[in-house]
Amino acid sequence: MHILVVIKQVPDLVEELEINSDGTALDPDCISPTLNEFDDHALEEALLLKEAVGAQVTVLGIDATGELDQALYTAMAKGADRAKKIVGDFDEETHLSSHARARLLAEAIKPIGYDFVFVGVQAVDDLDGQVAPMLATHLGVPHVGVVTAVHPINGVVSIQKEYWAGIMAEMDVTPPAVLGIQAARQSPRYAPVSKVRQISKEATIEEIEAGEVDERLVVPVRRMYLPESSGRAEFIEGEPGEVADAILNLLRERGIK
Amino acid sequence: MAQDIFVIAEHLKGSLTEGTFEILGAARTLAGTTGGSVVGVVLGQGVEPLAGQMVAADRVLVANDAALADFTPEAYLAVLEPLIRQHQPRLTMLLNTSFGMDLAAALSERLSLPLVAYCKKLETENGAVVATSQIYGGKVNAECVLEGPGIVSVLTGSFPADAGRAGSAPAIETVPLPASLNGRKVQFKTLIEPEVGDVDITRSDIIVAVGRGIQSQDNIGTAEELAQALGGVVASSRPVTDAGWLPRSRQVGKSGMSVKPRLYLALGISGAPEHLEGMKDAGLIIAVNTDPNAPIFGVAHYGVVADLFDVTESLIEKL
Ligand SMILES: Cc1cc2nc3c(=O)[nH]c(=O)nc-3n(C[C@H](O)[C@H](O)[C@H](O)COP(=O)(O)OP(=O)(O)OC[C@H]3O[C@@H](n4cnc5c(N)ncnc54)[C@H](O)[C@@H]3O)c2cc1C
Ligand SMILES: Nc1ncnc2c1ncn2[C@@H]1O[C@H](COP(=O)(O)O)[C@@H](O)[C@H]1O
Repeated sequence: MHILVVIKQVPDLVEELEINSDGTALDPDCISPTLNEFDDHALEEALLLKEAVGAQVTVLGIDATGELDQALYTAMAKGADRAKKIVGDFDEETHLSSHARARLLAEAIKPIGYDFVFVGVQAVDDLDGQVAPMLATHLGVPHVGVVTAVHPINGVVSIQKEYWAGIMAEMDVTPPAVLGIQAARQSPRYAPVSKVRQISKEATIEEIEAGEVDERLVVPVRRMYLPESSGRAEFIEGEPGEVADAILNLLRERGIK
Repeated sequence: MAQDIFVIAEHLKGSLTEGTFEILGAARTLAGTTGGSVVGVVLGQGVEPLAGQMVAADRVLVANDAALADFTPEAYLAVLEPLIRQHQPRLTMLLNTSFGMDLAAALSERLSLPLVAYCKKLETENGAVVATSQIYGGKVNAECVLEGPGIVSVLTGSFPADAGRAGSAPAIETVPLPASLNGRKVQFKTLIEPEVGDVDITRSDIIVAVGRGIQSQDNIGTAEELAQALGGVVASSRPVTDAGWLPRSRQVGKSGMSVKPRLYLALGISGAPEHLEGMKDAGLIIAVNTDPNAPIFGVAHYGVVADLFDVTESLIEKL
């Protein structure tokens, strides 16, 4: 079994986000890229399959920031067998749309053999939708998203897909297929820094030239803005003791405590 | 292009979901200005009764087949793609749920129609549809303009469901099915009901909810102590249950439970849309977060910008 794990960097939400001067996108200067958390789960689920049935794991990403190497080396330090990156003349200012990403990824993936492509179920910046179903469309293979477990059984995989209210579905998927991974069966593992450093000296990342960036389906953003996050909350200030008193008063007033 | 608005219905265990009524109602409002009909679309087996419940629609298209009895993205797409291609609606509305997420992006790519995902507000302006999407974990809004035909996937809880429940019996049409829906690569097997947990958080009036800010399993005990002192239970956001620090049955949000307690004390929870879906209607929401821009403050009644551990300790001391 060969699993391709597609990873992507997204703006770290821990940083304060700012909007650019046209008011239509994030200010690239305020972005510090971090790995999409769901991709980390996609990699973990693939590594669990490597351990269980000897799957080969290749990690692949579009190097839109010029800073993807670290994420790829980290994936290898955790156990991925190979890493590839799609390189091209990406403009830092332009956010690659999900549609554009899906096409770039599909072109790179078609010549590579695979049984499954694991993709993080969504990313915080996918305004025009999730990449995984689009990628599956380009590859002409089925897709299932919001997956939380993948178990191989007799040539197919049995997957769990989360619905809502704690309800899940079990489905069988015949490869080749794309799966949008929501959560791995266990917390993503950590790679020791020393191991990542060692891998970055020894391993090579194969480069794939990007094809044309497809901008057909980019949705026109007229205005991007930060909602007044204080929209509703009345803020309670003071030392922790004063805050606690204020909270307890509120609860008493409302007969909650 | 027709001016019609397609509303793709969702149902599970024989009932339309609340979200379906929400987008039906939103479609009804939009149709008031765009001028087209609201067309419901229901896929399944024996779903005519559900079609009949979509009273806010002018007509409902029904696809009936054993292969559609349970949702699979593959079979649903095989029906929806040709249907939308044939009818060319002005707007196709889905929910941004586990079903809709699998369908909307695939339909967008297959039909070359633009998609605005994570949509929470819809308006019309000079014939264009203006869709506001909530991205970056709820920290940013993006207003997008759909001049021509397009697709939106709507966050549940964005529109009142009542508007989708008003109307009279819609006309029901059965649609032809693609040649074969059998022999597909994705086969539905079974539904898995949630494990019954030690506590049912949906029944508690007082919830102390912890998020990634709680940092480690060792700190869950502090939250338990506070919950006990308040006479409530501990619930959490997804990362806490994903890490195994609390059982799944304690998860609040899109894939977890929806709760409506009298008090929801959110500690170290950022307030991603997927979390808010499960708790935004709580009677009193008090949020403690070190980040003053955390989206949780957008739904909280009271906010505290502070370290959750300091506030928790003081509360425990005083109780
Ligand atoms: C299909 C799908 C379904 C999902 N379903 C759910 C769901 O059911 N429920 C759910 O919750 N999520 C769900 N999610 C995940 C959701 O997108 C978010 O990732 C998640 O809600 C974030 O949880 P969090 O707020 O605990 O973590 P984070 O977003 O990491 O936020 C942690 C917060 O803690 C604050 N903090 C850190 N340290 C402290 C401190 N000492 N004191 C005070 N504050 C502190 C930080 O400022 C930050 O705001 C789903 C995602 C997908 C894709
Ligand atoms: N540039 C990229 N490089 C690698 N993977 C990507 C890229 N863009 C999207 N993906 C994958 O698609 C997933 C969903 O992305 P998105 O549709 O942007 O939410 C990501 O989490 C990645 O797994």
